[in-house]
Amino acid sequence: MSCMQTIYDYGLRSLGIGQRLLPKEDFTLCEQVVLIGSGLIWNVYFGVIALITGFFLATAVALGKGSANPWLRKPSEWFIFVFRGSPLFIQFFFAYFLFLSLKGVSPIFSPFTAAWLGALIVLFLNTAAYSGEIFYGALRSIPKGDVDAADAYGFSGVPRFRRIIWPTMLRLAWPAYTNEAIFLFHATTLVFFSGFPAWQQRGDALYYANYFADKTFNPFVPYPILAGYFVLLTLALIGLFGLINRRLNRHLPQEARRKIRLRLNIIR
Amino acid sequence: MGMYLSFGTVILLLAITAPAALAFGFGGAMAARSRVGPLRWLGKGYIAVVRGVPDIAFFLFFVIALDQAFEWLRHKTLCPDWDQPIRQGNDFVVCQAAKLPLSSSPQWVHEVYGFTIAVLTFAIVFGAFAANVFYGAMRAVPHGQLETAEAYGMTRRQIFRRILVPQMWVYALPGLSNVWMVLIKATPLLFLLGVEDIVYWAREMGGTANPRFTDYPHGDWRVWYFLALLVFYLGLTRISERVLDRLMTRLTHGQATTGGEAQRREAQ
Repeated sequence: MSCMQTIYDYGLRSLGIGQRLLPKEDFTLCEQVVLIGSGLIWNVYFGVIALITGFFLATAVALGKGSANPWLRKPSEWFIFVFRGSPLFIQFFFAYFLFLSLKGVSPIFSPFTAAWLGALIVLFLNTAAYSGEIFYGALRSIPKGDVDAADAYGFSGVPRFRRIIWPTMLRLAWPAYTNEAIFLFHATTLVFFSGFPAWQQRGDALYYANYFADKTFNPFVPYPILAGYFVLLTLALIGLFGLINRRLNRHLPQEARRKIRLRLNIIR
Repeated sequence: MGMYLSFGTVILLLAITAPAALAFGFGGAMAARSRVGPLRWLGKGYIAVVRGVPDIAFFLFFVIALDQAFEWLRHKTLCPDWDQPIRQGNDFVVCQAAKLPLSSSPQWVHEVYGFTIAVLTFAIVFGAFAANVFYGAMRAVPHGQLETAEAYGMTRRQIFRRILVPQMWVYALPGLSNVWMVLIKATPLLFLLGVEDIVYWAREMGGTANPRFTDYPHGDWRVWYFLALLVFYLGLTRISERVLDRLMTRLTHGQATTGGEAQRREAQ
């Protein structure tokens, strides 16, 4: 079987398109590369959607934690503590079984027990808590002069936040937020190992890599392939976030621009 | 009973892995600082590779890889007159005497072996993080301190032992406490390595039926078990935060840093 045929059969296998049965024996290198790459679709899906939705909640949580009103501050602090203080792995399990028992109460919850929604919600809350803490730190280190100047120009309330505070917060937080995004993508590999079932063997990249390693009892091929994919994904992310970083810092003199320093990579 | 013991497993894993990871980290940092070229590349390569790849992939990879490495070494020493290749297609074949653990050994040997492999894996992965922290901390010790020691006629080794290492800890501690927090949160991954840890028991005990013996008299309680785990981990995080804060205060005492200076002022 040629490699083109394999791509045709398994390229979109993780979405349930193409060949139904996974290869059983005589695995070629091409099959492993294609199938693991096909699983990567799920990692990108979880990562991108959780990152985008989490961004907004993170801003809200950061503002809440920085607020003077205890009714806003306490819940935000607890939200951040709970999601940053416990392992993501346990959060996945807990959420899965929670949704499972809620399903018994009302059938509305049945989509939540599937990975595409349930795991997405956990990742969304988790990344919101981590980035919320980053944004909160940035919010506290906004130069006082910037805010004073905004006051002097007659900015207040929402316009002041939107035009002055928020862009500065993003600018300060961006290097740390880049690292957070990379973590998030790495964390998506946990989804199918934590209760959420891979329906009809539609799993993510690690799921397939693990499948091959189990079947061949040879970890030295699938895991390096997986690692290669993730290095590429990480590089793409760094490129994208670097562009945004350039735009956020475009008004600064060339030397003062903050380079993104990479600090890979820790499990949560 | 096994359920309660498994909490002990987690604590034991932390207690063994933390010093082991420190040792790996110390070795890695020393290698990365070495004046011998190949040793330096080895140290830096170790730090870079382990930190750059999603860690869960490493956990899955190392367990099989270490297992095979040990069996292969034993195979080489115990059965020198074995003429078949070790990798036969999809199988990994070693002679009977080289199997680890021996198929005739009792159950607890299997469990201890699994646990040891897990500890080694954790130590290798977290050793890289610790190595990075140590490497940074060693470079953060004020240069004047080292130059003074040199002026007193100490040799390189003496400087390392008496000046660099004692002063390094205060710079290393913030990073190390991060690694510790992450290590706590990584312990549920033991479940993936096949050790019967708390995640395993929470799934088993919470479920409605157990394949090993009879049905439980309760419904699906897995939600509650995982809630308990969540609280357990949150508590562990909280306690560690407190202890590390105290340790930091102790270590800062008498150091040539702003923290140490502040303490000195306060005492006056």
